[in-house]
Amino acid sequence: MTPTISTDALIVGAGPVGLFAVFELGLLDIKTHLVDILPKIGGQCAELYPEKPIYDIPGFPSVTGQGLIDNLLKQIEPFHPEFHLSEMVASVESIGSAEAPLFRVITDAGTVFETKTLVIAAGGGSFQPKKPPIPGIETYEEKSVFYAVRRMEDLRDRDVLIVGGGDSALDWTLNLQKVARRVTLMHRRDEFRAAPHSVEQMRALVAGDQMDLRIGQVTGLGGEGGRLSRAICRGNDGSEFEIVCDAMLPFFGLTMKLGPIADWGLALDENLVPVDTEKFETSTPGIFAIGDINTYPGKLKLILSGFHEGALAAQKVFRYINPDKRLTFQYTTSSSSLQKKLGVSGT
Amino acid sequence: MLRVIGNEDTMAKLQFVDFGGMVRTVEAAVGSTAMEAAIKNGIPGIEAECGGACACATCHVYVDDAWQTAVGAPTAMEEDMLDFAYDVRPNSRLSCQIKITDQLDGVILHTPERQA
Repeated sequence: MTPTISTDALIVGAGPVGLFAVFELGLLDIKTHLVDILPKIGGQCAELYPEKPIYDIPGFPSVTGQGLIDNLLKQIEPFHPEFHLSEMVASVESIGSAEAPLFRVITDAGTVFETKTLVIAAGGGSFQPKKPPIPGIETYEEKSVFYAVRRMEDLRDRDVLIVGGGDSALDWTLNLQKVARRVTLMHRRDEFRAAPHSVEQMRALVAGDQMDLRIGQVTGLGGEGGRLSRAICRGNDGSEFEIVCDAMLPFFGLTMKLGPIADWGLALDENLVPVDTEKFETSTPGIFAIGDINTYPGKLKLILSGFHEGALAAQKVFRYINPDKRLTFQYTTSSSSLQKKLGVSGT
Repeated sequence: MLRVIGNEDTMAKLQFVDFGGMVRTVEAAVGSTAMEAAIKNGIPGIEAECGGACACATCHVYVDDAWQTAVGAPTAMEEDMLDFAYDVRPNSRLSCQIKITDQLDGVILHTPERQA
């Protein structure tokens, strides 16, 4: 059992908006923890378009997704935020009052937070594995169809079909080939995006008859009671064939889903979280939503809007945490106390 | 400074045929992408989750047989991204990577039953 982490502010989502909220909260002396389902920092900027230039960040005529994230990380360095990556917030329970909010937040990895405020900066929701729309696939999920491998042992001595052509597909092919009875890799073409080294290893195993490679796509599944026995496939020439397998691992990349946020008791409007435009607070006092995840009249899904929203939400977060303190508005250009926090000396 | 008044872009007509066979005709500016025209006009079956960065494969379309030569083949990067789409066929393209030209006036694109 890991001890409960107590914090003033917990940010859900380590994309650009969550990162800048660290800055705005930091200027107000509020320490932050961030949780993100991805194994890396940067959200969509890092996952979907790290090398694409963005042209509408004020002050940057052009900056790549990764470039923006790198700059934001540098900007928030003085505040030492703590990141909890590859974790998804599974549940949020209110254990305080409207005047003095307190939330118990538990992630799917078992990390427990007690936080006075919660800032949802989750963009399009959480990145989750894409499920190929094969008819009836749901009935096999968790028994025979897996979108991630939790324990390799579960696949020992099974006939495993892996579908995909990227690094996940190739890495698991090479790993599971050692424990499975037989591994078949299926991809829609005989070219792979995965690292060339992994592809070479895979081809060597195929040449040595230690695994199979089939070119085509899965169109149907056969089995009983959630136990898979075969995959029905179509080759690129239109021919149908079957692959005997009792486990299938499709690797079709990630998609964004609202995920557990829907169960946190917040009012929702078509998978978005309605907020006011003064504090960007949700229907639950102490829970804020900033960036692409929120909605209000006139909302624009721009990174710059999320920055603004984070700055305003931070003011209200401060008032919850310091109900008796006066909040003086200060500029980083002239305030010696802000400059001290940023670790820079004024001129 | 001379200011250009109004929208003087040349327009091309695009036809989206959904899975059930329903045809929707929209106009797209030359130089824009088929995905942009689809989103602007609320064409069902085009999700474009990533907003056109060739990063999600949720704007997958099938190019009508008669238009395959004019539309052309996907680039290597697009081919890689098509790996994430479902039921990929030889005429599969990502509509965010189809640039509208004068030659594509009247082009017919079929949307899949579901984006993966």
